[in-house]
Amino acid sequence: MQLDKNRKERIIWRSRRGLLEMDLILERFLSKHLDSLSEDEILVYDGFLQLPDNDFLDMAMGRKDPQDILEIALMNKIRNS
Amino acid sequence: MALNKQIFDTLIVGGGGSGLRAALQLAEADHRVAVFSKVFPTRSHTVAAQGGIGASLGNMQEDNWLWHMYDTIKGSDYLGDQDAIEFMCRKATEVVYELEHFGMPFDRNPDGTIYQRPFGGHSQNFGEKPVQRACAAADRTGHAMLHTLYQRNVRARCQFFVEWMALDLIRDYEGAVVGLVAMEMETGQVMLFQSKAVVLATGGAGRIYRSSTNAYINTGDGMGMAARAGIPLEDMEFWQFHPTGVAGAGVLITEGVRGEGGILLNSQGERFMERYAPTMKDLASRDVVSRAMDQEIKEGRGVGPDKDHVLLKLDHLGPDVINKRLPGIREIAIKFAHVDPIKEPIPVVPTCHYQMGGIPTNYYGQVVVPKNGNPNSIVPGLYAIGECACVSVHGANRLGTNSLLDLLVFGKAAGDHLVEWLKTNPQHRDLPKDAGDFSLSRLARLDSSSSGESVHEVGQELRRTVQNHAGVFRTEQLLSEGVEKIKEVAERVKRTHVKDKSKVFNTARIEALELENLIVVAEATLVSAEARKESRGAHARDDFKERDDKNWLKHSLWYQEGNRMDYKPVNLKPLTVESFEPKVRVY
Ligand SMILES: Cc1cc2nc3c(=O)[nH]c(=O)nc-3n(C[C@H](O)[C@H](O)[C@H](O)COP(=O)(O)OP(=O)(O)OC[C@H]3O[C@@H](n4cnc5c(N)ncnc54)[C@H](O)[C@@H]3O)c2cc1C
Repeated sequence: MQLDKNRKERIIWRSRRGLLEMDLILERFLSKHLDSLSEDEILVYDGFLQLPDNDFLDMAMGRKDPQDILEIALMNKIRNS
Repeated sequence: MALNKQIFDTLIVGGGGSGLRAALQLAEADHRVAVFSKVFPTRSHTVAAQGGIGASLGNMQEDNWLWHMYDTIKGSDYLGDQDAIEFMCRKATEVVYELEHFGMPFDRNPDGTIYQRPFGGHSQNFGEKPVQRACAAADRTGHAMLHTLYQRNVRARCQFFVEWMALDLIRDYEGAVVGLVAMEMETGQVMLFQSKAVVLATGGAGRIYRSSTNAYINTGDGMGMAARAGIPLEDMEFWQFHPTGVAGAGVLITEGVRGEGGILLNSQGERFMERYAPTMKDLASRDVVSRAMDQEIKEGRGVGPDKDHVLLKLDHLGPDVINKRLPGIREIAIKFAHVDPIKEPIPVVPTCHYQMGGIPTNYYGQVVVPKNGNPNSIVPGLYAIGECACVSVHGANRLGTNSLLDLLVFGKAAGDHLVEWLKTNPQHRDLPKDAGDFSLSRLARLDSSSSGESVHEVGQELRRTVQNHAGVFRTEQLLSEGVEKIKEVAERVKRTHVKDKSKVFNTARIEALELENLIVVAEATLVSAEARKESRGAHARDDFKERDDKNWLKHSLWYQEGNRMDYKPVNLKPLTVESFEPKVRVY
């Protein structure tokens, strides 16, 4: 699916975080996967972007796991990017 | 073009710790206050702070504000203004207890008082022995502070403009600041904001360095706005570095790694710290280790295709020690350096962490500039607080935990001062007829370009130049070459081009605007550093190794116009106590 430009740009901007670690992790993830994310994945990712930075980092580093099966799948993509 | 306009009493640019603290003071006094932030406020960079907030509560050992004051002045290598430092250290306990009262989840002692951690540079009785002075909330102090302050602001009905980028200040014909121009990212709409006062709280500009611990948003926008409005920047040659950031990423490797036996190696596999610090070796103080690493790199003994880093080796400690005592480090090395330290060394480089300089202010947060023979003449209507400001409490080198304290003390002080000031200045001044034209012309250039320089490439060149020429190890040759190179980069910044001409959420355009702020800070840094012919605090020159109080006990002021330097005296006179005279600094 082709994301429309505005949605894409919004995701890129909101992936700018307060923690450098998250900037680096999400930059890598987006450069690999942004263009191929499914509608479901985008919704899940939007949810991740609402997380406090420290919780997001804990998940991205594998210290914590998300609950939902879709979330786990996308978090694994982020972790492995 | 006629722009839409909104009117407030006070506009605060920045929703980090300092901006939120100032906003709260105003909102609770029922003033119409608007806070602008490029990102959601609780994602401001303050969220990264872990160590704590310094305050002489004396909960662990005996402590008092005068000892804290002494440590701060000594830390600053005597460049800090002693009136502001006394003000901050005296207010420290009050602002920490206030934050506790707001609901900040501080770590506790068994008796219920706030637990305080030890931190380098904090001492009892004027350097006699260490004291525990840092108040923390686990390893999430900044995060907890932001959330606590944000909730309070929402309750006080402070208005937030989230994902809005402030572009330029508006000054009237008498020089008073009467508002600002800002752009909503979502729509690209540009709007005028009229106010009685503006507070800049935009944080630091650590992203001028290639290796930086700062998040991507730290582009020094407030300093760019001030400099474009004719205001000088103070003490920009002073940047604090951490010795071991992951090369190419900037993520910190704690000093605990060297404490556990990790050693630094150059391209020849030599343990070079033995040459620089024969006794302490890899455990020498931060600045000694950083400078040695940078000197190895500058003299061609760096590692990697660009010879731009050194190696931190810990595999000799064995997997058990690494897994048990340094698990977080292994995780970071694998994730950000792509090496497993059980098998391979970690590439590291001295990494920029904190900016001591900034927009010159007094201890009420009012911006001050030289005018008619007065070095500290007030700019009516303009305040600056937090990392973008230079009060100056950090002088040539910041004491750990004093930055979060600075946010609270001067955020509150600026808020209080504004509440009083607004009583005697109840009217809005008129906006000048051409308000907004300057910002619009900057946007128009980007909107109309058909070719030019890539923002990304010019940004890379900027960061490389600052890293290579204004790093920890500084010489006349490195600095004067750097000044010339950064001038060339500045010319390229004027010719940047973005392909995307859309208005809606145009991140490429936002990055081009950020680059115009970064270049201001980069030029200020190189020109100020080249000019200062001594070593003091974080500014260490190999060709002028000593501190020179006779000629250089003074603050630098850099003006964008003409790339010109000026200087003003350090205030050595505290508010109520005797002055701390400059002494040789030994720890
Ligand atoms: C990894 C790390 C750890 C640290 N640990 C500690 C510690 O333990 N103790 C300590 O005292 N200090 C610490 N520091 C330093 C301290 O965290 C910072 O100096 C401080 O948080 C800066 O706060 P601030 O309010 O000045 O700015 P920030 O928190 O950086 O906020 C800046 C705000 O300005 C906004 N903004 C910027 N430009 C614009 C614009 N053009 N338009 C609109 N909004 C804009 C941003 O969106 C943001 O809301 C640490 C720093 C780092 C990097």
